[in-house]
Amino acid sequence: MLDIDGLWCRYGKVNALKGVSLHVAAGELVTLIGANGAGKTTALRALSGIVPVAAGRIRFEDEDITGASPRSILARGIAHCPEGRRVFAHMSVQENLGIGAYLRRDSAAIADDIDRIFTRFPILKERRQQAAGTLSGGEQQMLAIGRALMSRPKLILFDEPSLGLAPTIVDRTFDLIQDIQQEGVTVLMVEQNAFAALEMCDRAYLLESGEMKRHGTGEELLADPAVKEAYLGG
Amino acid sequence: MRALAPLAGLAALLAVPLVVTDQYALHILITTGIFIIAAMSLNLLLGYTGQLSLGHIGFFGIGAYVSALCSLGFQLEFTDRLVLTVAPKPVWLSFVIAVATAALFGFLIGKLSFKVRGAYFVIVTLSFAEVARLVALNWVSLTQGPMALNNIPPFTLGLSDAWQLTFYRKLPNYFLMIAIGAGAYLLIARLVRSRLGRAMVALKENESLATSVGIDVTRYLVLAAVVSAGIAGAAGSFYAHYVRIIDPDIFLFIYTVTMVIMIVTGGKGTLLGPIVGGILFGFIPPVLREVAGPELQWIIYGLIMIVVVFFLPEGIVPAVTRAWAARRGRAATASARSPAGS
Ligand SMILES: Nc1ncnc2c1ncn2[C@@H]1O[C@H](COP(=O)(O)OP(=O)(O)O)[C@@H](O)[C@H]1O
Ligand SMILES: [Mg+2]
Repeated sequence: MLDIDGLWCRYGKVNALKGVSLHVAAGELVTLIGANGAGKTTALRALSGIVPVAAGRIRFEDEDITGASPRSILARGIAHCPEGRRVFAHMSVQENLGIGAYLRRDSAAIADDIDRIFTRFPILKERRQQAAGTLSGGEQQMLAIGRALMSRPKLILFDEPSLGLAPTIVDRTFDLIQDIQQEGVTVLMVEQNAFAALEMCDRAYLLESGEMKRHGTGEELLADPAVKEAYLGG
Repeated sequence: MRALAPLAGLAALLAVPLVVTDQYALHILITTGIFIIAAMSLNLLLGYTGQLSLGHIGFFGIGAYVSALCSLGFQLEFTDRLVLTVAPKPVWLSFVIAVATAALFGFLIGKLSFKVRGAYFVIVTLSFAEVARLVALNWVSLTQGPMALNNIPPFTLGLSDAWQLTFYRKLPNYFLMIAIGAGAYLLIARLVRSRLGRAMVALKENESLATSVGIDVTRYLVLAAVVSAGIAGAAGSFYAHYVRIIDPDIFLFIYTVTMVIMIVTGGKGTLLGPIVGGILFGFIPPVLREVAGPELQWIIYGLIMIVVVFFLPEGIVPAVTRAWAARRGRAATASARSPAGS
């Protein structure tokens, strides 16, 4: 479904990605792990057209999307849940979901999709008129995921979905991401919480200073001594 | 009910001359109104996209100069041989050319604003207005420099020479100001309530999230800048044909600051904010002039501003809206058991 081949990205003179290759098959949950500054966010941003690609190619469903605009990449079915602040804090819950469907014009189907998300997350329905910034961290995460689903994506990119959340909420978020995969959406997830990510994924890639160091199934990387040493606390 | 509120407001504004007949007071109303229109246009950038254009008076001044020059006719001497002579144009056409020229500058500044953000954008826009002022001051063969452009014709509307309406007196100019203001208000209201308006609000709040839902950042910043500059140019053009004399001081920084004060005190990012703030800060100076000495005037002006900003940091309109909603909420829970509709 997604093929990244020899991807290079630069910020000025700094090479953030140095020839990264990665493959995601339809229906998979693939995770990308690595230390802070390894280039994980850059990889997702390049994929969704936000940072320019210096060299290499990105193919999605057998079409070349290298250098395409964020808008057209989203329209092709790749949604991106960026790291950091997850929701439009001053907009209501309902508006946040609505804007997730920004590129869609089928307003009846949009309303149905919002209802479906409300059925899935009743708490969001209760708070539909409330400003998103007043939700708890876990609720904001639900809303962010709901908003990404509103574009009806084929592939969702998650950038550190567990960051800043309480441990119980982290577990729920990971469960939710697995549910989404079960429903047929392909997932590429960046995580610093390597242990949890490797346990839940189908396959994983390890990025170090902009270079792909390892890849394999989750179990393979969990068993790999080098990975254990550096990322799983020995 | 909600739909009728703007109409009621418009009717009230149209009725004002029934009460205010003093010519000087009417003049203050018109000039304040022109400023409010300019502030409304700046609010589109500052309030809705979050871009602080500190050179906004530049668009206003360009509108005023272009309109005045077109209606007076002018000559551009490139060399001794190459002289471009532009014959005087009707005022309505000058108005259109002025709006288009200001909008064009808005386009250029908008393009730039995508490249330079934050502090750099502030500096670029500030320099833009200052450069415009220096050009107006020093290009004497075109603009008369500090001697000012005189005898600018008043606004004229008409289908033929026989049927002409010329806006010499204060009263028709007041109504024309209201008409331009209502047009600007409707345009801005349509814009911010459309898909595009939601996109701009999203953009201001969180650019990377906005990009992630497919909002094209460049496009909206440029569009907002074009519309905003065009409206400021329209206000400037009307100003030139109303006061009928303009000089380079029209580009002074203090005017942009005044607009920002109007927007911030009234409530930025609200349709009514610049109007409420503009009425407040447009009328305080002339009223104070009647009652206090010059030193005291500005101290009082500053104090009022500090009080408003301190107690209502979001501005008057959002504070009133919230108080109103809270009251209605209490009333609703007190009177009804059934869940509130709509
Ligand atoms: N906007 C930027 N400008 C300059 N350098 C950046 C920028 N964003 C990231 N970098 C650099 O690129 C490298 C990779 O960053 P990033 O992709 O954010 O890593 P990760 O998400 O794995 O923590 C880091 O060295 C970081 O300092
Ligand atoms: Mg990151």
